[in-house]
Amino acid sequence: MELLKHTALELGAMIAKGEISSADVTDAVFAAIEAKDKDVNAYIGLSEELAMSQASALDAAADGPLKGVPIAVKDNICTKGVKTTCASKMLADFVPPFDATVVEKLKAAGMPIVGKVNMDEFAMGSTSETSYFGAVKNPHDLTRVPGGSSGGAAAAVAAGEAVCALGSDTGGSIRQPASYCGVTGFKPTYGYVSRYGLVAYASSLDQIGPIAKDVADCAAIMDVIAGHDGRDSTSLNVGHKSYLASLKGDVKGKTIGVPEECFGDGVDEDVKRAVLECAKTYESLGARLLPVKLDFMQSVIPTYYIIATAEASSNLSRYDGVKYGFRADKINSVDDLYAESRSQGFGAEVKMRILLGAFVLSSGYYDAYYKKALNVRDRIIAEFGEVFKRCDALIFPVAPSTAPKLGASLSDSMSMYLSDIFTVPVNLAGLPGLSLPCGVDRGGMPIGAQLIGARGTDAALLDLGFAYQQATNIHRALAGRA
Amino acid sequence: MEWETVIGLEVHIELATESKIFCSCSTAFGAKPNEHCCPVCMGFPGTLPVFNKRVLEYALKAAIALNCDIPKYTVFDRKNYFYPDLPKAYQISQLYSPIGTNGHVDIDVDGTVKTIRIHEMHMEEDAGKLIHSDIDNVTYPDYNRCGVPLIEIVSEPDFRSAKEVVAYLEKLKMFCEYMGISSCKMQEGRMRADVNVSVRRAGDSAFGTRTETKNLNSFRAIEHAIEYESERQIEILEKGGTVRQETRRWDDEKRVGSSMRSKENAQDYRYFPDPDLLPIKIDRAQIEELRRGMPEFAEEKKARFIAEYGLSDYTSSRVTADIKLATLFEDAAKGCGAPRTVANWLIEIMPKVLDDCGVAFEDAQIDAVQFAKLLASVEGKKLNKNMGIKALEQLVRQGAEFDFDRYLKDNAVTMEGDEDKIRQVARKVLADNPKAVAEYGQGKTKVMGFLVGQVMRAFFGKVDHDAVNRVMLEELQTGGQR
Repeated sequence: MELLKHTALELGAMIAKGEISSADVTDAVFAAIEAKDKDVNAYIGLSEELAMSQASALDAAADGPLKGVPIAVKDNICTKGVKTTCASKMLADFVPPFDATVVEKLKAAGMPIVGKVNMDEFAMGSTSETSYFGAVKNPHDLTRVPGGSSGGAAAAVAAGEAVCALGSDTGGSIRQPASYCGVTGFKPTYGYVSRYGLVAYASSLDQIGPIAKDVADCAAIMDVIAGHDGRDSTSLNVGHKSYLASLKGDVKGKTIGVPEECFGDGVDEDVKRAVLECAKTYESLGARLLPVKLDFMQSVIPTYYIIATAEASSNLSRYDGVKYGFRADKINSVDDLYAESRSQGFGAEVKMRILLGAFVLSSGYYDAYYKKALNVRDRIIAEFGEVFKRCDALIFPVAPSTAPKLGASLSDSMSMYLSDIFTVPVNLAGLPGLSLPCGVDRGGMPIGAQLIGARGTDAALLDLGFAYQQATNIHRALAGRA
Repeated sequence: MEWETVIGLEVHIELATESKIFCSCSTAFGAKPNEHCCPVCMGFPGTLPVFNKRVLEYALKAAIALNCDIPKYTVFDRKNYFYPDLPKAYQISQLYSPIGTNGHVDIDVDGTVKTIRIHEMHMEEDAGKLIHSDIDNVTYPDYNRCGVPLIEIVSEPDFRSAKEVVAYLEKLKMFCEYMGISSCKMQEGRMRADVNVSVRRAGDSAFGTRTETKNLNSFRAIEHAIEYESERQIEILEKGGTVRQETRRWDDEKRVGSSMRSKENAQDYRYFPDPDLLPIKIDRAQIEELRRGMPEFAEEKKARFIAEYGLSDYTSSRVTADIKLATLFEDAAKGCGAPRTVANWLIEIMPKVLDDCGVAFEDAQIDAVQFAKLLASVEGKKLNKNMGIKALEQLVRQGAEFDFDRYLKDNAVTMEGDEDKIRQVARKVLADNPKAVAEYGQGKTKVMGFLVGQVMRAFFGKVDHDAVNRVMLEELQTGGQR
């Protein structure tokens, strides 16, 4: 177990030097899962056979700093021959016939895939409680949620059940659980990581990214997974310098904006204090803090939920009981097949979002909702553009509060939606966003600071995060490594 | 009171690209069910569409031929509906920014030219096919056709008769074939039409209530369906009833139409821009290049053939009705130097030979060089007509394998043209048939046909018919003097 206190890069270096083998680490991960996962429920399925065969066939893989380091993959990312359930009854037995592009890349880099991590059903949720396979628990307090939707990924890393993980982020689904679990999560610029093989929730917002113990691990994983992919038309055809090599830790002369809207009413005092302290740390390291305004913050939640649910209602239509996935029995007609398979196969939150999305796209409402939301989205993009003329990055909380108690959000979807306020604008604008552990609240639950930058400034943003983690010890303390 | 029928058309044409519109599967017709499928065209979770640029080129050619306005950007939209032949439960189509708008086409009906306005044309993917088995009462989906590229051409309601509709469809077919963008084979479903029909009193300016009859796949079915539907509506109105706005189907075997669904039950397709595909920028230079590369269409070709090859108006329009025929004509005419013989053989003899061989012209492999050699031999009296037809049969049957010179050698079918030899035989025939000769002397000139036939038979037909006639006439006229 001590092995798993190390970061992915440390383990990669030890494997490269021959001090330990990839199989040693992979074994340790499975042992940790065995010991802890009945409490945490971070995993939906394990792929021991695949992981061990990868670990023992490393010669075929390309050399890199993470060669041999095992990784967990969110269960909405397709793995050939390994069940990919999206935490839904609908796909409970679905085995993809192909690998997602990122999975191909992990395999080529020699990173054994240990299993598929739990999540909110079809990535719809902020608590990882809507999973058909049961709620994930926060390793820092098993009575609390780990956040979501990549709750399994964040909890696995926090609990030492995974060295690192891939999550996906549509409205905060990497950054918010990373924040709740005290680990580091990075949502790349839209189009930087291929979505091919990521089961779509909202196509124009979804992005795959890493969750790990620190920024350096995230940067190293980005080096593996980022890049243009001809199979994804929204993949950007830009050169990617090494993210890991970009980490210098120098913030002198950088301007970091502090949006006043993100520190107002409704934000927990402990959260404000910790995030402002994080900002002060940057100031002490030589950065300049600049108060800024984000006038659109009032409209981000409705805009996000209109666009995300509209796309989801269409993306999830393919689960109709005809070709794959759950099919209801005792049906009398095709319409029955659809209605029953979808009624029984989807959970309540998914059904609610499909209905919302179908409504905002329907004849007579399209202009009033969907089209208006697209216009607001353009305005948000433009305003961010203005702000980033003056700032290298912005800092604000990932979420208004720390992890709530299990069950507290299930009865109140609206307050759960509202808690996404600081993460969704980043997806609407396609920006990179980094979630950094920056403290704990009075109950000891982790708090995350969010750093965001203009599109394409992923390397610079990771470097900012790296500088903070060089200067402070919070991320190590939360991982039990201080 | 006179009634006027008003018709508008929606024509679907499958484009002849080798691969599908959003994946690399083959578009070939006639494969085993579900042989030309992959996770992308089957709509598997996680898959994404990648646009086949060749489709854009073909669609642009059609838009240019139809005199459409072409936008700077064209966008794919999702048309959402559930049906088992549509794996994603949405069709990728175009609504908001189609590839062409405001076009027009001139048609010629009995010498009168009429302009048909094109409302818009767009690109989309085809759906699969459902095959219902009466044996086990199960419906089997075949997804081979899923993702075959289509253009849909929507006309204004400018037609007043089935005859005009057929002229328009023939014109579209001609355009597509001449540009090589579709075979338009209706029997393979490569071209299909939805027909909107309404009737009104002659002289009225307002339209009547229209119905739409879907998926007609032969010119005959289209004519019958229009006639049936306009008669049905007139009957209703004359009885004082009202026509219901509805979608109808047509049973071409029974020649009856029936209601599918009324307007009240019309589907709400919830169109919205497909977030998986970026707007396509249309390069003005590409349009100009395609415009310059437009082929000579049937009408220009017809005029040129009349001027250049001395064909009659009728012959030239027959020869240019089909690009393959027109090309074969011109190549063979140049090859053998006898354009009118080539044209006559193509119109008069070729169809019978193809029929006897059971080969459709569109599938026949007729090498213009071999065909020209064959006709040059006929023209030079080395073969008579019957021998030429036999050779043509071999040309059709052997296709690309056929070599005319080898055929002549193998079959020893060089025709007897030596007049001395013919005269010898003719004299023998006259000597053997004194009765016929006597009858000829009495003015029964018809017997000459019999005598000529005897000579032909002696040569087993391999003799120049004109020479036999000439010699026989000479012999009969001079015979009495010997």
